[in-house]
Amino acid sequence: MKKYTDSGKKDTRSGFGAGLTELGKKNEDVVALCADLTGSLKMDEFKDNHPDRFFQVGIAEANMMGIAAGMTIGGKIPFTGTFANFSTGRVYDQIRQSIAYSHKNVKICASHAGLTLGEDGATHQILEDIGLMKMLPGMTVINTCDYNQTKAATIAIADHFGPVYLRFGRPKVANFTPEDQTFEIGKAVQLQEGSDVTIIATGHLVWEALLAAETLNEQGVSAEVINIHTIKPLDKDAVLKSVAKTGCVVTAEEHNYYGGLGESVARVMAENNPSPQEFVATQDTFGESGTPEQLMDKYGLNAEAIVKAALKVIARK
Amino acid sequence: MPDISYLNDLIIQVRRDILRQVHKVNSGHPGGSLGCTEFFVALFQVLMERKDGFDMDGKGEDIFFLSNGHISPVFYSVLARSGYFPVNELNTFRHINSRLQGHPTTHEGLPGVRVASGSLGQGISVSIGAAETKKLNNDDHLVYTLCGDGELQEGQNWEAIMYAAGNKVDNLIVTVDYNGQQIDGATENVLPLGNLNAKFKAFGWDVMEINDGNNLTEVIEGMKEAKSRTGKGKPVCVLMKTVMGNGVDFMMHTHAWHGKAPNDEQLEIALSQNPETLGDY
Repeated sequence: MKKYTDSGKKDTRSGFGAGLTELGKKNEDVVALCADLTGSLKMDEFKDNHPDRFFQVGIAEANMMGIAAGMTIGGKIPFTGTFANFSTGRVYDQIRQSIAYSHKNVKICASHAGLTLGEDGATHQILEDIGLMKMLPGMTVINTCDYNQTKAATIAIADHFGPVYLRFGRPKVANFTPEDQTFEIGKAVQLQEGSDVTIIATGHLVWEALLAAETLNEQGVSAEVINIHTIKPLDKDAVLKSVAKTGCVVTAEEHNYYGGLGESVARVMAENNPSPQEFVATQDTFGESGTPEQLMDKYGLNAEAIVKAALKVIARK
Repeated sequence: MPDISYLNDLIIQVRRDILRQVHKVNSGHPGGSLGCTEFFVALFQVLMERKDGFDMDGKGEDIFFLSNGHISPVFYSVLARSGYFPVNELNTFRHINSRLQGHPTTHEGLPGVRVASGSLGQGISVSIGAAETKKLNNDDHLVYTLCGDGELQEGQNWEAIMYAAGNKVDNLIVTVDYNGQQIDGATENVLPLGNLNAKFKAFGWDVMEINDGNNLTEVIEGMKEAKSRTGKGKPVCVLMKTVMGNGVDFMMHTHAWHGKAPNDEQLEIALSQNPETLGDY
C-alpha cells in the first residue's frame, strides 16, 4: 500500500484563499466578490493586495451572483465567495439564468459545505448543493479534499472558461496531497490500487477512505481508493476501469445520497457495467449542531462507516 | 442622429413587428413591448455609442441590458432593424430551433443579447457588474438598463439599488418602464410600489422623470439629460411613464394585453392603425 502522510492539518478554505492570492498576482482579470464573509472565506489577502479588484457586496448573495455575471462582460473572471448554502440554494435562480444559462465565466466558490461546518447547525450545513449544481447544464462541479488540492483547483479553474462550482469546507483536516500538484478538471486521482473493492470518495471523505483502506488491508481486503475531485464532468473511464477489476463500489461524500457523487457513479455503472454499490452519505436528513467529528460519526461519514460499507458491498458481489 | 421622420417611421414599423411576431405564434407580450417602442428606438438609434461590427466583447461601447425580458418582441425588432441580425429572422420568434426565444438568451448566440433575462429582478445586478468591469477596464462608456415597474417587487432589485449607490456606480442609467400595469392588473392593486422617486432617492440615486415615455423627443431629451448626470458619483434612475399597449387603441390603458396575442381580426385593426413604413419582414 502507498503511504500517505498528513503534513499538518489545514482547512480547505485556506487553500482557496492561498490559491486566490496567487491568482491575484498572476492574472489581472481575476476579480473577487464576497457577501460579508471575507474572513471566513480567507479572502483577506486578495482584498489587501488588490482592493480595486475586490468587491464587498454585503449580505446580498442574489445581487452578488448577478454582479458576477455582469462582470464577465468585458472580460473579467469573477470568483464569488460565501458559504455553500448561500452560494447555491439561496441563489439558485440567479445562478441558473444569469450564470449557467447565459454561460458566464463565473467561479462560485463555496466554503463551510456539509456537516463539518459544525456548531452553527442545519440552517448552514447544506447537504444538497452538489445535486443542485450538477443539475445545471454546463456547470462544472468540484469538491476538493485538502488544502493543497483546493489551492491547486482554485488556480486551475481560472483557466477553464465557463461556470464552475468549487466546494470546500471549514475545519482543519489532513493535508496529504502534493504541494506542487497539477489540478486537472475532470480527471480522477487513484490513491490506492486494490482488487476487492473500489472506494470512490470526494471532499473530506477522501482522507477517511485512505484510513478505511488501511483498516481493510489489515483484515486482508484489498481496496482501491479513487479521489473524485470533479463530480461533473465525472471521470467515467476511471470509475469503469476500477469496477471492472474489483466488481463493487463504495462511494463516500459529505452530502445527501440524493443528488450526490454516489448517484453520478451509480448512473455510470448502470449504463455500462451494473455492479453492487453502497453509499456513504447522509440519508435524506438535515444536520444539527455538534463538533465536526461528532457529526461525521453520528451521520456515518467516516472511515469506520466506509469499512462497514466495503465489507457489505463485497458480500453482495 | 437619423432624422426624426425616419425615426417616427421606424417606431411604427417596430410596432408592426411586435404585433406580427406575437400574432404568428399566438403568444408573447405585446403590451409592454408597444409601451417601450420609443425608448428602444431612441436608445439604439440615437443615444447609445455603439461599435461597428457587433462583436459583443463588451468593450469600448455603451451596452444595454433588458431586465424585463418578456418584452423581447420590441428588443428583437429594434436589434434586427439596427443591424444586429437579419430582420427576416423575426419570423422565427418563439419557434423551435430559433435564436429568438420567448425570453432573450445568450444561449443561442443572438447578437445584441448579453445575458438571459425573463426571470425578473436580475438585470440591475448584472448591469452593475458590467459597469464595474467598465471602470476596471478604464472604459468610459455607459451601461443602460431597462426594467419594469412591477418587476421592482422582486427583492434582488433593492439589494442592487443599495449596492450601486453605496459603491458610486455612476456609469449606469436604469430606466424604469413606469406604466403602472402588471400581468394581474394595476400595480396599485397587485402590490403598490409607493413613491418610486422617493425610494430611489432615499437609496442614494440621482432620479429624474420622463413624463411621456411615448413621445420620442421627450425620451431623447430626457435620456440625454440622464447621460449628462452620469460620472458624478451617483447611479442614475429614470422613471419613464409609458402607456402599456401604446399605438393600438384597444390595447392601451389596460393590463389585458400584457401577455396575450391578438387574433386575426384584432391584428388587422391594430396594423391598420400602424400602416407599413419601412417594409414588413
